[in-house]
Amino acid sequence: MKITSKLKNVLLSLAPILLALLFTTLILVAVGAPPGEAYLNILSGAFESPEKIADVVAACVPLILCGVGMSITFTAGQWNVGVEGQIILGAIFATWVARNLLWPQVPVLALMLLAGTLGGALWGALAGLLKVYGKVHEIFGGLGLNYVAQGLAIWLIFNPWKPADGATMSGTDPFPDPAWMPRLGNLRVAPLAVILALAVVAIACFLLRGTRWGLELKAMGKHFRSAFMLGVPSTPRLLTAFAACGGLAGLAGAIRCSARYGRMIPEISGGQGYLALLVALLAGYRPQWVPLIALFFAAVGVGSPRLELNMHLDSSLGGVLEASVVLAVMLVNGWRALLARRQARQDVGAGLVPAPEEEVA
Amino acid sequence: MDTNFLVRTLSSVVAASTPVILASIGETISEKSGVINLSLDGSIALSAMMGFAVAFTTGSVALGFLAAMAVGALIALTIAFASITLRQEQVAVGFVLTMLGLELADFLGNPFVRKPGPSVPHMPIPYLAKIPILGPVFFDHNLIVYLSLLSIVVTWWWISRTQPGLKLQGVGERPESAFARGVNVNRLRYVYTVIGGALVGLAGASYSLSIKLGWSHRHTFGIGWIALAIVIFGGWSPWRVAAGSYLFGLLKALGSILQRNPAFAAVPTQIFSSAPFALMIFALLLVSSEGVDRLLALLPTRLARTIDRIIRGRSPGGLGKPFVQE
Repeated sequence: MKITSKLKNVLLSLAPILLALLFTTLILVAVGAPPGEAYLNILSGAFESPEKIADVVAACVPLILCGVGMSITFTAGQWNVGVEGQIILGAIFATWVARNLLWPQVPVLALMLLAGTLGGALWGALAGLLKVYGKVHEIFGGLGLNYVAQGLAIWLIFNPWKPADGATMSGTDPFPDPAWMPRLGNLRVAPLAVILALAVVAIACFLLRGTRWGLELKAMGKHFRSAFMLGVPSTPRLLTAFAACGGLAGLAGAIRCSARYGRMIPEISGGQGYLALLVALLAGYRPQWVPLIALFFAAVGVGSPRLELNMHLDSSLGGVLEASVVLAVMLVNGWRALLARRQARQDVGAGLVPAPEEEVA
Repeated sequence: MDTNFLVRTLSSVVAASTPVILASIGETISEKSGVINLSLDGSIALSAMMGFAVAFTTGSVALGFLAAMAVGALIALTIAFASITLRQEQVAVGFVLTMLGLELADFLGNPFVRKPGPSVPHMPIPYLAKIPILGPVFFDHNLIVYLSLLSIVVTWWWISRTQPGLKLQGVGERPESAFARGVNVNRLRYVYTVIGGALVGLAGASYSLSIKLGWSHRHTFGIGWIALAIVIFGGWSPWRVAAGSYLFGLLKALGSILQRNPAFAAVPTQIFSSAPFALMIFALLLVSSEGVDRLLALLPTRLARTIDRIIRGRSPGGLGKPFVQE
């Protein structure tokens, strides 16, 4: 009996992935492309060589950092959609350090990471301030700040940080050598960045599960008014949650410009903020699940440009797959809850007891 | 500034605001019933792509519009099903569908990028178009622009002047009371969410078949988020939502006029194209912040109340909350 129920659970947790694959397969069939070949291309594009695997691991880093950050804000019941802007601000702060402080590598890198974290945290706190004092819903405050951050980055690249041979959308001049985060041999992955990301996961797990701060965030997320009335200092908690998420996003921004591009580019955030939101949703706001899901997203992200190269398909199929997995998880969860409710109602009906009042979330 | 230039600018603002009007009016309808369709940005992108692709393949603009409406309605139906029947969080489902719509539009639209295709024919309304100033501004466009104007009036009339409109308001404001009076709350929410979604689809097609012809990567850049913000800015009232949409259109037009001015030659074009988005969202801050409350408190009570009524709207009481009828 136990084994069958376990098997059932495994099958049910695989159901969303199968549903999502079914959906993308239908899409591929609709455009007349062989689905098997497409999936094999994504897989080999992500894992065929040590270089590719290193790329996947490197691509995990910003997703993990931002995904953990958003797990914190989601725990507090907040939709921090401003992560893109927070990444950009982190990159801007780090770029300022890289361009202005011509020190040896260790202090320069340390300062870049700190400055990036600070920049992102400030931008995140600003979204929190808009929410608390401006009463602007955090989704719109965050989006507005994203546009402002994007504008700021472009202005900096086209004016004070203009390369000597003229400004373009390809960004600033490369950073001086000390500002490049050391990579593993000739692989495009910086071990320091990976270690930092994993450390952040551990710290966030501890903070959310083992401290009063985490408990209070959780209480606010479950029921904001009750938490407030029970004495949770909601404004400072909200602002620290936004600042923590922003700080992690800023750190991701600093890492992207130091370890990946070695310069500041206008598209430094590259949609990582929105992808990380999907990661956090899929992880159910639990930081310990973020790395695994980030790995899946990173592999799909690194592998799918292969579709363009080999099959003349648009690489956005990867994004379709990622988003449909998240949607399928929601639908399957909702469906299971619906069945459970029906079952409960039948039981109540059979026992001839009045139905209990249902909680409205 | 001569009148001719002003009339031409206003006329182009009315035309260019069509997608924002249709999308924000559609969103107003579904939010009035209590359902937030957050997927607007993705819905618009996918329906714009589908509308153009179908019109391109079949040669029929009308079929393109129908396909786009079907796409918008289908996405809205998914949100209704997931949030009403399956009780998942509306905002979460909407956000995921935004991403899905954007990516799907890019993937399926790949073969149609920068292809020249059909568009809605220009059709001035006889007699009305001859009226000085008003004629060229409002009545010298094409069918879809007129439809956007019509959608404002019809939605206002339906919501505030008809019996079913009253039910719609009840379902969004106080679902329990509406239910007690015998209204099938969740069925009505389904219906209005899908109708709103169809209008959002229309908005998408109006983009690719009338305003910015064809399809390309990020073709409908950010319009959906603006429409969502405008619904709040407009306080869920069709007239003010329309005013907000035109204000946004005016800001964009102003941006492109300034951009041509040699004094601003050093400013990168990207700043001009994204500034109205940021401004519009900070306009939300102006109408909702506590600072405005304090300013209003300085004024005589009656005047303060009038201003408050003009600049702010209250969100429907049941917005975003599931209704459980047991």
